[in-house]
Amino acid sequence: MFKHFITLQWKSFWRSASLSSGLFMKLFMGFWAVWLIIMMATGGAGAFFFIKKELCLDPLQVVNKFLIYWAIADLIFRYALQKMPIINIKPLLLLPFKKKKIVSFAFGKTALSFFNIIHAFFFIPFSILLVAKDNHPISNVILWNIGLIAIIYASNFLNILLNKKDNLIFLVGGIVAIFIGLQYFGYFDITVYTAPFFQGLYDSWFIVLIPVVALVILLVLSFRSFVSDLYLDAGLASKSKDIKTENLDWLNRFGKTATFLKNDIKLIKRNKRAKSTVLVSFLFLFYGLLFFTGAVEVYDGPVWRIFAAIFVTGGFLLSFGQFVPSWDSSYYPLMMSQNIKYKEYLSSKWWLMVIATLISTVLASGYLYFGWDVYLAIIVASIYNIGVNSHVVLWAGAYVKTPIDLTSNKKAFGDKQAFNTKTLLLSLPKMALPMILYAIGHYAYSPYAGYALVTVAGITGFAFKDAVFNKIEKIYRTEKYKTIAAYKQKN
Amino acid sequence: MIAVHNLTKTYTGNTVLNIEHLEIHKGNSFGLVGNNGAGKTTLFSALLDLIQPTTGHIENKGIKVNLSEDWKAATSAFIDETFLIGYLTAEEYFYFIGELRGQNKADVDGLLAEFSDFFHDEILGQKKYLRDLSKGNQKKVGIIAALIGKPEVIILDEPFANLDPTTQIRLKKIIKELAADPEVTVLVSSHDLMHVTEVCERIVVLDKGEVVKDLATSQETLKELEEHFNK
Repeated sequence: MFKHFITLQWKSFWRSASLSSGLFMKLFMGFWAVWLIIMMATGGAGAFFFIKKELCLDPLQVVNKFLIYWAIADLIFRYALQKMPIINIKPLLLLPFKKKKIVSFAFGKTALSFFNIIHAFFFIPFSILLVAKDNHPISNVILWNIGLIAIIYASNFLNILLNKKDNLIFLVGGIVAIFIGLQYFGYFDITVYTAPFFQGLYDSWFIVLIPVVALVILLVLSFRSFVSDLYLDAGLASKSKDIKTENLDWLNRFGKTATFLKNDIKLIKRNKRAKSTVLVSFLFLFYGLLFFTGAVEVYDGPVWRIFAAIFVTGGFLLSFGQFVPSWDSSYYPLMMSQNIKYKEYLSSKWWLMVIATLISTVLASGYLYFGWDVYLAIIVASIYNIGVNSHVVLWAGAYVKTPIDLTSNKKAFGDKQAFNTKTLLLSLPKMALPMILYAIGHYAYSPYAGYALVTVAGITGFAFKDAVFNKIEKIYRTEKYKTIAAYKQKN
Repeated sequence: MIAVHNLTKTYTGNTVLNIEHLEIHKGNSFGLVGNNGAGKTTLFSALLDLIQPTTGHIENKGIKVNLSEDWKAATSAFIDETFLIGYLTAEEYFYFIGELRGQNKADVDGLLAEFSDFFHDEILGQKKYLRDLSKGNQKKVGIIAALIGKPEVIILDEPFANLDPTTQIRLKKIIKELAADPEVTVLVSSHDLMHVTEVCERIVVLDKGEVVKDLATSQETLKELEEHFNK
């Protein structure tokens, strides 16, 4: 019976629209998987040597200290990205399978998930080094690993239970942020209390029993809830909440554009996928910390400031804009058969990006902590984003023909078709141009000359708004039939 | 009103549509029948310039649909769920279409009031997004949205499918009333021979992309159609 499930799975993987798109994509995905594995493995070994040689501390103790954050981060990533194994269950319900079989297969599939396997690439080299270099006894290191494996799988099944609840991620994320803050400013250190537990996994076998028992309980709980949920009106149903009709009449001051602007705001408020884009752009606000705190040495050059600032202010612009018009893919034929002025349609998306960039710029005022200079870079980048990047992003988006499933956020990072040569070429002016302009000004004269050059480029960009919009309109027209056909293909 | 000239559509060597000449007159109610794969939806999609014909062209109000977009203001359609915006409520969707077609809220409300018995209290004020409505109720929304803004050409692909019996009868009444207006041309496709013969003055049968019958509806039409499909 499992044989059937496996062949179904095999076919659904290899025949999916995104994968059958070409050899290049397969190679590309393979490359990323290998890259990630190598990064994790070198991370495991690197962490060991870094802690030992540079910090002169015991690697095991330091890792144990931070394992609590690792476990929570793992859970958050799973919640946001790991797909639930319910897909394709509906057609199986009527077939002569025992329901328990279906669920055990679905669970078996999650057990082999990338989210579980990837940890091994970090901890195996790390553990080997513990034994080989630090002479930790093998038996204890194995105990420690068993404990960790139990924790990883417990979080796998916990995620299955939690996934039914919406917005829980924000609660968990908020609590974690508070703990990190408390620890950073030295008020309260949660790791003091959790480190002994992780150390205990190494020291004694009965502490290992705690995660193992937790794993068994979670496994049973999620198995039961899954079996009882295998009804069309229970777990397999798409949830619907009571909602209100919204007018958003105050937007009418935007004139003709308001029609689309009202729609776009509803699109962002009511669709999971769009909401996660907003979340991602919020996270981009913190991206600058890597650069301005000097946390990463290679990023210390002055030119990197502009790079960081572009991301800090342009998170939404870059992540939302690259999928215009794909956001409207599910009803594109409607749009194309209405009497739509493309310019009004485009300027609605443009306004959204401009407003989001301005909000990011205000929120980024926290970077004033690192000095006026840093915030100046952010303001300059914000001008460049609004003046130049908003146009470039919309232009590049016109070539992207990936349909977007608005109701699912699990693929937010999986749209491989978004990478094609044209969009890659157009990403040059987004990132490289402001960096080059700044470098010219910075090294030829002074940092302020660099900022001035980027600002001038940003302001000049405004002048080309109409020209770019006309160009995009032309692309929309010539690619219309291809786009409609591409949007019809659903994964 | 609508003229089809030497229209063919070929997908990888497979001709799915081949119509040498077809003219639909203003004020007509036009029915399109045919088995699956006969090319009904393909013809409607080509009419709306959603697919590109391999050869030939279609004129709507004397405008070639692939060269200018001026026909759009006077044409409306409901083909399938890709004409609905899933994350809007029914009201929001109607107002959105209304704004695109130059109608204010009062205009749209007035029109919706006319169709309150068609909605059967299942559409307006539902606290649900369109994507959470049943297939039948989605269809009701799409059909009525296609009537917003006094269009001169209305294209409905399989409007009777998924509707409950009461709504089917009400829809027939609506289409007949539209057809009675000499300014409005209605194009309907259906698998239900009874329904089309009842609401359409002219019925065209497509088979493998070609026009095989072109009938002015009369007493015998239903019988003739049944015989044709019973071969």
